[in-house]
Amino acid sequence: MNSIYFQPWLIPILPLLGALTNGLFGKRFTKTAVAAIALTATAASFLVACVQAVILLQSGLPALEQYYGTWIQTGDFSVNFGIYLDHLSLIMMLVVTGVGFLIHVYSVAYMEHEGGYYRFFTYLNFFMFFMLTLVLANNYLLMFVGWEGVGLASYLLIGFFFLKDSAANAGKKAFITNRVGDFGFLIALFLLIQHFGTLHYGTLFVIQNSALSHMPVEATAGVLTAIGLLMLVGACGKSAQIPLYVWLPDAMEGPTPVSALIHAATMVTAGVYMVCRSNAIFSRAPIALLAVTIIGTLTSFFAATIGITQTDIKRVLAYSTVSQLGYMFMAAGVAAYSASIFHLMTHAFFKALLFLGAGSVIHGIGGEQDMRKMGGLRKYMPWTFWTMLIATLAISGIPPFAGFFSKDEILWQAFSSPHGSKIFWFFGVITAFMTSFYMFRLIFLTFTGEYRGAKPEAGSSHGSHDDQGHHAPHESPWLMLAPLVLLGVLSIIGGWVGIGNRFEHFLDPVIQKVSVEQSVAQNGEAVTKPVSDGEGAAEESKGLENILMGVSVLVAFSGLGLAWFLYVKRPELPSRIAEASGGLYTLVLNKYWIDELYSAAIIGPLVALSRVVLWQTIDQKVIDGTVNESAVAARDVSQIIRQQQSGLIRSYAGWIAAGAAAVVAYMVWMGTR
Amino acid sequence: MIPISWYLLLSAFLFACGVTGFLIKRNIITLFMSIELMLNGVNLSFIAFATRLGTLDGHIFVFFVMVVAAAEAAVGLAIIISVYRTRETLNVDRVNLLKL
Repeated sequence: MNSIYFQPWLIPILPLLGALTNGLFGKRFTKTAVAAIALTATAASFLVACVQAVILLQSGLPALEQYYGTWIQTGDFSVNFGIYLDHLSLIMMLVVTGVGFLIHVYSVAYMEHEGGYYRFFTYLNFFMFFMLTLVLANNYLLMFVGWEGVGLASYLLIGFFFLKDSAANAGKKAFITNRVGDFGFLIALFLLIQHFGTLHYGTLFVIQNSALSHMPVEATAGVLTAIGLLMLVGACGKSAQIPLYVWLPDAMEGPTPVSALIHAATMVTAGVYMVCRSNAIFSRAPIALLAVTIIGTLTSFFAATIGITQTDIKRVLAYSTVSQLGYMFMAAGVAAYSASIFHLMTHAFFKALLFLGAGSVIHGIGGEQDMRKMGGLRKYMPWTFWTMLIATLAISGIPPFAGFFSKDEILWQAFSSPHGSKIFWFFGVITAFMTSFYMFRLIFLTFTGEYRGAKPEAGSSHGSHDDQGHHAPHESPWLMLAPLVLLGVLSIIGGWVGIGNRFEHFLDPVIQKVSVEQSVAQNGEAVTKPVSDGEGAAEESKGLENILMGVSVLVAFSGLGLAWFLYVKRPELPSRIAEASGGLYTLVLNKYWIDELYSAAIIGPLVALSRVVLWQTIDQKVIDGTVNESAVAARDVSQIIRQQQSGLIRSYAGWIAAGAAAVVAYMVWMGTR
Repeated sequence: MIPISWYLLLSAFLFACGVTGFLIKRNIITLFMSIELMLNGVNLSFIAFATRLGTLDGHIFVFFVMVVAAAEAAVGLAIIISVYRTRETLNVDRVNLLKL
């Protein structure tokens, strides 16, 4: 590909330039200038990304690659700076730049009254740079750079209101939890280097697929399984899956646009992207795949149950994000990578919209995040209501909104894929019901009924949102509404690309076909799944698919109905149900005490170990002790020796005489020997 | 003829007297005299050996020692006078400022 228009390096570099300009000189710029620089950088990046996408599609090649020089060269092992553009990174790149741009626009108005305006946009552009590096890299090491970079940007943005202790702590929590995952990812990279001698995507996947060194599907745990499981650890950290999901709900301490961009639409999907990118490895390691599915299913289920009881609007969305990420893992785990990426894309649209809508609500009523103090906002902010309603319909999986297509595809794959099982499908459907329920609960609590908020007194501080005190809920400025509307449109039509499996075929070049029968047979299972080898089987499977589709739509509507019944028709019921269920409700309300469990089981002992052994013993006693004691010893010895310099001449003379006597005695002894 | 060992014993006795005096006396002038005693004890053994061996080396050495001793006595007495003027004492234990 020699077109001079193929310059994909511009895509990550432009936001980097924006970040550098704003970061170095932003303090002296006006707010308008800061916003203009950040927006220009992101918009330009999006436009370049569109051009590159067109070039790739017109070329008809499965992937385009461009090198920019060698990064590491030691012996046989080398790593390049390079960009790898295939259909997978194309989707990711367009989602990141597109949604990222809309959120930048939104932030211009949302962050208007906050301090550190230039800092915010610097971080945001900085994030875009690393996220695009992550998705466009042509090898795992460069991907890891982006991976760490987005972690850093996430830390900086969660702790954006760093004067608040809770924000600073949430930032630390996110960063440290991610380190646990990165540890696994890094070891996976070492294993890749050891066994394949390269981290370059193309080479790596060709090695595995070539006739000479064809890697078979591993029946038992082998090196690919180890790599897959370690990658899964990394993905769990970044994409907030059990057991490393705890950081994401706390990450809501950051400004709302950050929650939308980083902690819903883009960064947290990096783990999903990584698993799908590594499909050649995962498809050959059924055990790792099964682990991915189980973790995804459990996460989506548990997070959904927690989401039902939360009252903070952003936390509901946070748990919903964890739950939806679980769906994506479930799909990736049943080797339905395209379904996973499809849901990733639609989720980016409607979850970004939900967060931005929530931000608009919070903005409009002066910083309140508790849904119990909202209500009746529909008449105050109709635009926000309608766009959020679209997103809610989308996430609940109600046709023809975007989420329906992707979620239905995932459920169908979970049911029918050779790696899938009815259990996963069952949990998926239950989760879909809960998703629909808690999302409509959010909508009903927030937008219907009477406004329950107290009149905010003027000049009160609102935690994360430093506003000047509103007297009544009001609609947000058009700069915030425009992204909402655009995302609303995407949330409606975004799923239509999946009709007729077009999306799936779009990703075909990316996904390596690993023989399914071989995989299943080696997995020790009988081939019971309907394999579409004939007309009848295909018909039958089509019919089954339609039935399952009907079930999931039914489930979505019943969730809606239950939410309507409990929160509109009989609003006194929920608290009575909560009372009736007693311990169970408390358990879920407190998020299963997972945070408490972690701090008791891991953090507490670690802190105690660090305090007692590392700090008080090794640092204070051994290291400080060595230094201090040698100083004390030198002083004590000197104290003894200095007594000799008494100033008394006769004492000196005595020593000289004694010395002379010793010399004489020695010589006499030598002479007589 | 008197055996050389007698000279050497006398020389050693004089030297030991000088050392003892230096160590046990406090008056600076006495110390000075003790030093002279030690020097002369050494001189005596030089002369004794020189006579016995019939060479001149020992005699020459003794002259040098006497010259140095004279010069030392001159400088030393000047120092003693100056010490006495400033400290009004000749007790060597009280002239002990040169220390840590």
